[in-house]
Amino acid sequence: MDKDELKIKELVRTEIAPPNSSIGVLGWLKENLFSNWVNVVLTIVFASITYLVLKNSIEWIFFNANWHVISANFRLLVVGQYPVTELWRVWIILTLISILMGLSWGIWKGTIGHLSTIVTGLYIILASLPFVMIETRIWLLINIIAIVATCLVGRKGLKLKKFILVGWFMMFPVIIFLLSGFGIFNHVGTNLWGGFLLTLLIAIVAIVFSFPLGVLLALGRRSKLPIIRWFSIAYIELIRGVPLITILFVAQLMLPLFLGEGINIDNVVRAMVGFTLFTAAYLAENIRGGLQSIPRGQFEAAEALGLNATFKMTFIILPQALRAVIPAIVGLFIGIFKDTSLVAIVGLTDILGIGKNIISNPEFLGTQMEVFIFIAVIFLIFCNMMSYASRRIEGALGVGKR
Amino acid sequence: MNKHSSSTSTPFWRDKRVIPILLQVIFAVIVVVAGVFFFSNALAGMRQIGMVFGFDFLGKMAAFDIGDKVIDFSSKDTYGKAFIVGILNTIKVAFIGIILATILGFIVGVSRLSTNWLVRTVAAAYVEIFRNTPLLVQIFIWFYAVFLSFPVIEKSLDVFGLFYFSNRGAVIPWLGLTPSSFIWLIAFLIGIILSFVVWKIRIKRQVETGQRKYPFFWASSSIVSLLIIAWFVTLESPLLLSIPEIAGRGYLGGYTIGPGFGALLVALVMYTASFIAEIVRGGILAVPKGQVEAAKALGLKSPTILRLVVLPQAIRIIIPPLTSQYLNLIKNSSLAAAVAYQELVGVGITILSQTGRSIEVISIVILVYLSMSLFTSLLMNIFNKYSQLVER
Repeated sequence: MDKDELKIKELVRTEIAPPNSSIGVLGWLKENLFSNWVNVVLTIVFASITYLVLKNSIEWIFFNANWHVISANFRLLVVGQYPVTELWRVWIILTLISILMGLSWGIWKGTIGHLSTIVTGLYIILASLPFVMIETRIWLLINIIAIVATCLVGRKGLKLKKFILVGWFMMFPVIIFLLSGFGIFNHVGTNLWGGFLLTLLIAIVAIVFSFPLGVLLALGRRSKLPIIRWFSIAYIELIRGVPLITILFVAQLMLPLFLGEGINIDNVVRAMVGFTLFTAAYLAENIRGGLQSIPRGQFEAAEALGLNATFKMTFIILPQALRAVIPAIVGLFIGIFKDTSLVAIVGLTDILGIGKNIISNPEFLGTQMEVFIFIAVIFLIFCNMMSYASRRIEGALGVGKR
Repeated sequence: MNKHSSSTSTPFWRDKRVIPILLQVIFAVIVVVAGVFFFSNALAGMRQIGMVFGFDFLGKMAAFDIGDKVIDFSSKDTYGKAFIVGILNTIKVAFIGIILATILGFIVGVSRLSTNWLVRTVAAAYVEIFRNTPLLVQIFIWFYAVFLSFPVIEKSLDVFGLFYFSNRGAVIPWLGLTPSSFIWLIAFLIGIILSFVVWKIRIKRQVETGQRKYPFFWASSSIVSLLIIAWFVTLESPLLLSIPEIAGRGYLGGYTIGPGFGALLVALVMYTASFIAEIVRGGILAVPKGQVEAAKALGLKSPTILRLVVLPQAIRIIIPPLTSQYLNLIKNSSLAAAVAYQELVGVGITILSQTGRSIEVISIVILVYLSMSLFTSLLMNIFNKYSQLVER
């Protein structure tokens, strides 16, 4: 019996071989590139375009580009005019973040793990760049060790989750405190914060401060009280209807005028205020979407439990609403992060502003492409990391699947 | 229950009818006080430098010229007219940009779903790169590293003797009007209407009789025959093709796209197209699979399926996010200020620096943008209504 069956199977296998055109390299090529004559033409056209673009890019990157402009201005591009003697504060901040990242990596793994791996990779690449100073290399090494060591600590399954979350939330005030000094260290004015550091800071400030404002506006827009509702609608639609750059100009030119003489705030803070007001309007619309997705039953159930309006919102409705719109919010944050480059137009020295200054320096004549490509690549890396995280979160939350 | 005693026993600050009103009054007072505070500060500040709020400056002579203009403008014209030139420039960039970005976006979006691996991958790479870098950086790359890095005009890059590229901008062949252009235009318009009518009639016949009546052939031939008539009447071509050539230190003929306009337009189109591509892809993926399978079962070819089955259904999902992309493009055109192209914001900044009228200038800019946004979303909403599913 068994033997016969095997024999038959063998017979079948030898005589009716599976069509091998769909497997193997050739099969793959046929299926994916040359399935019919339209595809053949498309493949040839796209292959030649790709070849030309890649060939020229590679030639330019490795032979023609003058990367000296980046190595000579590297510190300027990263931290701007931040005093060299105080740079250790920036390093401390980075190390703190590395520690938190490492711990989160060890405990949660998953998305944060992938991100930490990428960050570690970036540290290693940075440390191996030829023009980087010894001091920078030492700090980078400390960071790499910190991230790996804390990851191992976290993996031990320590019950640190709450502390880490608190740590992440405390990071923002700590960063501002360390950067500015506030009398304990030497004071470093915001006018000296620059480069990529400033880009990141404006984005973080806009995100942190716009969040409560956005939630309030979203609730206001759905409020039953007409005055509050109309105010929220007017604010949101006004801000969303005009370009960000006009808001930045309002913040730069008119904020000092509106605030009167007593209050003096500098350029950077003005830009931060503008960004926060801008982000809040967009965030409010995202959150409103989340609020609308909450079924009526949730409201009714909360009311049946006797919760008052405040408790109902904070404990039942908002957590669900925010969870539903996390991907949309991450998308918004990516947009905000990219838009921070607009402060270069109102004269701030974020990474793009510095880049613009560098190319106007006669010493670096004709290096526009190198400078802007470098900046573009930095944004590309960070935005891709963020959108990767957002996709993972989306998957983990099962948004759109339930 | 005793209504009277309960309403008298509740203190007014806990009364459900009073709280909302009280809250709103408090809120309104805060808003009004803040508003008054801000504006009195602003007015006081302006008075100190001897300025009064008002729009009288719009009638004064603008002491600057605008390089790229749709209507005549010189430095002797007023600030008000400068604003109008700026608005027209914004509309020009937005209009051309929207059309080009839509075409490119649809092509890339469909390419991302191609069965051809190479096409799919190239489209994906395009989207990833252009979506994840700031628009301003892209504008700078096109402006400083591409348009301004072209050779000087005497050594212009020459493509087939039709296109010239120099650091003054790109010059392309352009169409000029002839005396009979108007007649041609009328013939063309009548042709369009006629062909539409013919097409409708033919389609109706085809549906009624079940025989092929070639509606497309008849519709297009009615346009062509009208254009042939126009040719016999005018004995002149409708438009004159003007091919550019280098004449000393300038170009003769053709249409010159200045570096600012060129960089802005290319960057806006490439950037917005990457977003539109994702919207198109999402819209197509959202069409139920069964629809495609059913169409295949009927024996339709895949381009036909895309055109007649998938896209009409996808368009319903695509239009709302597409609208916001169009609005974004219009708003993003304000980044022209960074490359010295004089559209609304660029003109506004120049006027502001000349007159110091920050509040007035910025409020004009804001008002114009708000009305443009409203107008665009109105148009798209009408279009949206047309494309909606009609159910019972």
